[in-house]
Amino acid sequence: MKLIIGIVRPEKANDVLEALYRADVRGVSISRIQGHGGELDRVETYRGTTVKMELAEKVRFEIAVSDPFVEPTIEALRQGAHTGEVGDGKIFVLPLERAVRIRTGDTDEDAVTPVGG
Amino acid sequence: MSLPLLPGTAVSAADTAWMLVATALVLMMTPALGLFYAGLVRAKNTLNTFMMTAGALGVVTVAWALLGYSLAFDKGNGFIGGLSLAALAHVGFAPRPGTEIPQLVFFAFEAVFCIITAALICGAVVERMRFTAFLAFMVIWSLAVYPVLAHWVWGGGWLARHGVLDFAGGVPVEMGSGFSALAAALAVGPRKDYGRQALLPHNTVYALLGAGLLWFGWFGFNGGSGYTVGNPGVLAFTNTLLAPACTLVVWFLLDLARGRRITAVGAATAIVVGCVAITPACGYISPTWAMLLGALGALPSYGLILWRPRTRLDETLDVLAAHGLAGMTGIVFIGFFAQAVWNGRANGLFYGHPKQLLWQFIAAIAGPAYAFTVTFICMKVVGLLLPLRASDREQALGLDVVEHGEEAYTSGEGAILVSPEELVGEGLTG
Repeated sequence: MKLIIGIVRPEKANDVLEALYRADVRGVSISRIQGHGGELDRVETYRGTTVKMELAEKVRFEIAVSDPFVEPTIEALRQGAHTGEVGDGKIFVLPLERAVRIRTGDTDEDAVTPVGG
Repeated sequence: MSLPLLPGTAVSAADTAWMLVATALVLMMTPALGLFYAGLVRAKNTLNTFMMTAGALGVVTVAWALLGYSLAFDKGNGFIGGLSLAALAHVGFAPRPGTEIPQLVFFAFEAVFCIITAALICGAVVERMRFTAFLAFMVIWSLAVYPVLAHWVWGGGWLARHGVLDFAGGVPVEMGSGFSALAAALAVGPRKDYGRQALLPHNTVYALLGAGLLWFGWFGFNGGSGYTVGNPGVLAFTNTLLAPACTLVVWFLLDLARGRRITAVGAATAIVVGCVAITPACGYISPTWAMLLGALGALPSYGLILWRPRTRLDETLDVLAAHGLAGMTGIVFIGFFAQAVWNGRANGLFYGHPKQLLWQFIAAIAGPAYAFTVTFICMKVVGLLLPLRASDREQALGLDVVEHGEEAYTSGEGAILVSPEELVGEGLTG
């Protein structure tokens, strides 16, 4: 059982969702974050003020999966988020100690397996 | 008070005062349109969309002053005006023939019409057309399309000679922009993700506020198009209140019948559609018929707005439905219900003058045909000189950052001040 965190470009978030859906991965949380991954700074000018935007908008996926789904999930994130340019993002895989489904009290593998999935 | 600069006594102070206000009201419609459109696009294209309409305030005004006004309103021939008014020659305090306002005011009033009409077209190509290419397009369009259509109905052109009635711009403004928008959308092509992802409005409040301000400005647009505070102005003004209200009510009913819920984007659209439908007819039909026109005007536009997104045609903000089709409804409606007792000029079919309907029909075909064809050519010409489309990557990033190096909703977090020397030294670009 792993927690997979994927940080991707906001414009690729829909492609990632689509790829996850195709890989039968359900149960996803996303949040809008700001980050910096070594991409070229964006320069913006507001009247006389010129700034380098060090932080870029990113979308963070959090997906808890059972072991058989780890590789398909990683593959879906890569496929959906890839453009080939600096700033495509990262995928982190973390061990997951416990998971509980609030509605039923299911724990662990049961909790991360979608109902009827 | 004597006004020595006014030759003769033909200038009416009252008319002039109203036309000065009306001109300012119509000018405000362009940023209002920017707000309306900006609310309907995704957040990352907010500024770019607004800037496309704001761009018209600059480039179209210059084109209009140098050449467009003369091509529309100089005598010329039945097709296009001459050049004797180019670069504001002879445009002064003397009254514009046929009105009691100085030609300078007449010029300014017609200028703000051309500005908003050119700006309207951007609704068809937002979120993927390059900004500079659109500016270039607007310049060419406001010389090759708008003045010709305006000349046909207002400058003594062939439609005017055959008695076509178009009070405030069904042919040049509404059908002109609507069918030009269709051509522009076809020439530029759909957005990268069109038909594949949901591309939703990002701020419906902007859309409603923009529509509300458009309606407010439309009182100047329609109410000023009689060039007088007399009966035509008064009739047009009140019809501009009545017709859109009826469109709004019918739109509510259609929304209810279809989805059991009345939508805000629908309401904003309905206001525009109603204002458009009454535009050509506002000074020619009775207030009662204006209410019917408002109600009927909702139907074709509502239908097209439902159908269009199911096609491959990414005419993004439905300029064809809201302006082209609603304008056509208004132009044809005049042919049925124009009433000489209200307008002092001509009756429609319903009041014993079937030929009026025939010529309104001809206007409803000729205007769109010209606008569509020539706009398509204009776009292709611009495409030879400048790339029309932003690349897929740029569309993904959003045109605010790509085209303008600014964002509508910047947080300022992670922004580091750069001195000008540093910029040059590092060779950084947007």
